[in-house]
Amino acid sequence: MAQPTTTVTPQSYLLARGRWHPLEIVFWLATLLPFVLFPNYLSLASQIAITALFALSLDLILGYAGIVSLGHAAFFGIGAYSAGLFSKYVWGEPFSGLLVAAALAGLLGYGTSFIISRFRHLPLIMITLGLGLLAHEVANSAHWLTGGSDGLQGVRTQPIFGVFRFDLYGQTAYAYSLGVLFIVFLCARRLINSPFGLALRGIRENWNRMPAIGADSRAHIRKAYTIAAIIAGICGALLTQTTNSASLESISFQRSADVLVMLVLGGAGRLYGGLVGAAIFMIARDQFSGIAPQFWYFWIGVLLVAVVMFLPNGILGGLAKITARWRRP
Amino acid sequence: MLPPIFGVLFDGIAYGMLLFVLSVGLSVTLGLMNFVNLAHCAFAMIGGYVTVTLVNQFGWPFLATLPAAFAAAAVTSVVLERLLYRRLYRASDLDQVLLTIGLAFISVSVAAYIFGTVQQPISTPEALRGSVQFLGLNLGKYRLFLIGVALVVTLALVIGLEYTRFGAQVRASVDNQRMARGLGIDVDWTFASTFALGSGLAGLGGALAIEIVGLDPNFSFTYLVYVLIVVSVGGLGSIAGSFAAAMLIGISDIAGKYYVPELGAFLIYLVMVVVLMWKPAGLFGKR
Amino acid sequence: MTTHSGGTPALSTRHLSKSFGSLVVARDIELNLPVGARYALIGPNGAGKTTLINLMTGMQTPNAGQILLGGEDITALEPQHRVRRGLARTFQINTLFAGLNPLEAVTLAVAERRGFAGKFWQNIADEKDAIEEAYEILVKLRLGDVCYQTTRELPYGRQRLLEIALALATKPKVLLLDEPAAGVPQDESGDIFEVVAGLSDDLTLLFIEHDMHVVFRFASHIIVMVGGAVFTEGSPAEIAADPGVREVYLGKRHHG
Repeated sequence: MAQPTTTVTPQSYLLARGRWHPLEIVFWLATLLPFVLFPNYLSLASQIAITALFALSLDLILGYAGIVSLGHAAFFGIGAYSAGLFSKYVWGEPFSGLLVAAALAGLLGYGTSFIISRFRHLPLIMITLGLGLLAHEVANSAHWLTGGSDGLQGVRTQPIFGVFRFDLYGQTAYAYSLGVLFIVFLCARRLINSPFGLALRGIRENWNRMPAIGADSRAHIRKAYTIAAIIAGICGALLTQTTNSASLESISFQRSADVLVMLVLGGAGRLYGGLVGAAIFMIARDQFSGIAPQFWYFWIGVLLVAVVMFLPNGILGGLAKITARWRRP
Repeated sequence: MLPPIFGVLFDGIAYGMLLFVLSVGLSVTLGLMNFVNLAHCAFAMIGGYVTVTLVNQFGWPFLATLPAAFAAAAVTSVVLERLLYRRLYRASDLDQVLLTIGLAFISVSVAAYIFGTVQQPISTPEALRGSVQFLGLNLGKYRLFLIGVALVVTLALVIGLEYTRFGAQVRASVDNQRMARGLGIDVDWTFASTFALGSGLAGLGGALAIEIVGLDPNFSFTYLVYVLIVVSVGGLGSIAGSFAAAMLIGISDIAGKYYVPELGAFLIYLVMVVVLMWKPAGLFGKR
Repeated sequence: MTTHSGGTPALSTRHLSKSFGSLVVARDIELNLPVGARYALIGPNGAGKTTLINLMTGMQTPNAGQILLGGEDITALEPQHRVRRGLARTFQINTLFAGLNPLEAVTLAVAERRGFAGKFWQNIADEKDAIEEAYEILVKLRLGDVCYQTTRELPYGRQRLLEIALALATKPKVLLLDEPAAGVPQDESGDIFEVVAGLSDDLTLLFIEHDMHVVFRFASHIIVMVGGAVFTEGSPAEIAADPGVREVYLGKRHHG
């Protein structure tokens, strides 16, 4: 921990906390490596970038504000379908599709945030689960609109800026997803270091104390939930645009559970937790894609038990602990 | 002659009874320790597979396997409780969710590894097959049996909780844990045994469910959703609440699938969301 | 409504009542705290002292009666809105932000009061005034040297002071302290009350405390509660001389 010295003022201390760490720059430079090192895996890299952003959006509510959601895929799915429908029936330009998806997911997120913010603990878990399942059922039964279990067909995404086509190798897809991930990440980073970010951490640390310092926790939670929904919507839209399809899988409980696992694996409440967790999870799943899915979930289960029992702050939390010990001999 | 709606009602009640047996244990343990146990239906699944194995491999009569299903689930749950759950009683909701989702994932994989992913066949005794005619309704014998078992379980639970020393300890611990500790009640022991009992009932429910809903490795998750809905709608720690909620969900689900099949499971999710919005602590919940 | 010679009381209650079934925890409580008062609230365990603070701050809802802050009825307001109007409290058991450091926690409280805690597009370090205000409060409460340490690592006595710092950051007109020195060793509890005594004279104070030496030293007025009702109230001298109080309270405490 930073020791106060004569030169540290409270303001400079807080300023230093928001400053870029060299490792962060290394991390972002490393995201460019797949273009040169793994040109055959760019589609996977694009999926990882999208999932990482999704995990980041969950982190804003779960990691920072302590709101456990088992239905976050609802917003991902809304984004996925609305971007698909927009390109199918209105316009195939990708950025406007992103905006439409973000707006719709945000609207729905804002609406449901009034419900979410009233609950805590088990009822909250149940209500998010219930809303998520409800969204899945709606998508499933609105066959005429979504294609139901066949998925939404006939999505066509135009080239980015009218120039860069979505190619077979996923070069454009990865560049696009990575670009959006980076921009949204910058915004999220800003948010975390803002007064609002501090308020969210306050909610996580002690919900009961918040009203006693004059805080309206529910208003904060509504705002955070809406922002997380917008980002999740963008993720869904990215997936639709880069794969030219949208399926029920995008709005399933499985997706909500998976993203939770990734976030916790990487380390919730840390900006890079979701990103690292998503990368490890997706790469591992790709490597083990030969085995049947139910055995994949055996290892996920073991991993979850192990993380909860031995690595309560995820991989990044564990690393931080090790380096802290190493620095203070 | 009764109109067909009574037949639907009958099926709904039978289904509700099944849900009640599956979920009442979770409700009591949740009320007792506030522990979010998403692996509850994994215990139910253990009961189901024990029954299937004993009937199909060892030729046990169906009814004789039911106590075994209860015992297997109860014993497994207590082992896990001592090894893992106990350490997380004071942990956050999130940690509890993660641990128990992890266990549920593992249970799915293990079941798939041992038994394969197919639906398990089960042969019930002759006496429970077919149906009886009553005022023009076809009432499935197995469903009648199910209702009977559930009522016996309910009665036993109510009597056990109301009139025995153990029941008094459980109720005291649910009402006010600190005070119960103050009175010298061994809350940890009370919880471990309640947990075993609740999981055992889930195991029994899992065995009884095979004939109605089938059994495959995804049981842990498929019925988890129903059980959680029953528990949260009914209110934590309330047997009456679980019973009422199980009936409500059972009947809505069957009626929904019968009359508006295109809605799928939409109806019960809607029931849950509406009830929770109206009463966040559930119909019979105190907190 | 009767107002006393000192003008409108900073905080008052009218017929405030609360019960759980047959258990009455607050019975028809009438209190007036004049501006700048230093009131102590005493009474045996279970007398309803903390309940009274919970009722006044909105953490519990009364069955009947009113709470007036500066003459304005705040009975229907949610806790955070009462805080924003100048009614703050501390808790008997530490309810701090364990994972934040004191600087962050107090800055957050200041941000909430100044109304920019919802701003998500600006670095918190840019809010120079608010940070400096938070730091001043911390220094005043002798927490300046530990303000970068995570709260859960602070010694207990420091955490008690942070309780007060958080309340002060809301710039209260009335501050209710629920056993500010609870759990602190006797020799340190004096320090905490020194800090409390050094607070601005405009601030109206009500504190719950069991240690009679502390009460008689710092209170200008004492309210005695028994069984959910106000038993009596008066100056320290009057209370000390009251045989009834001795019987229900002082006698018990002194050999307890």
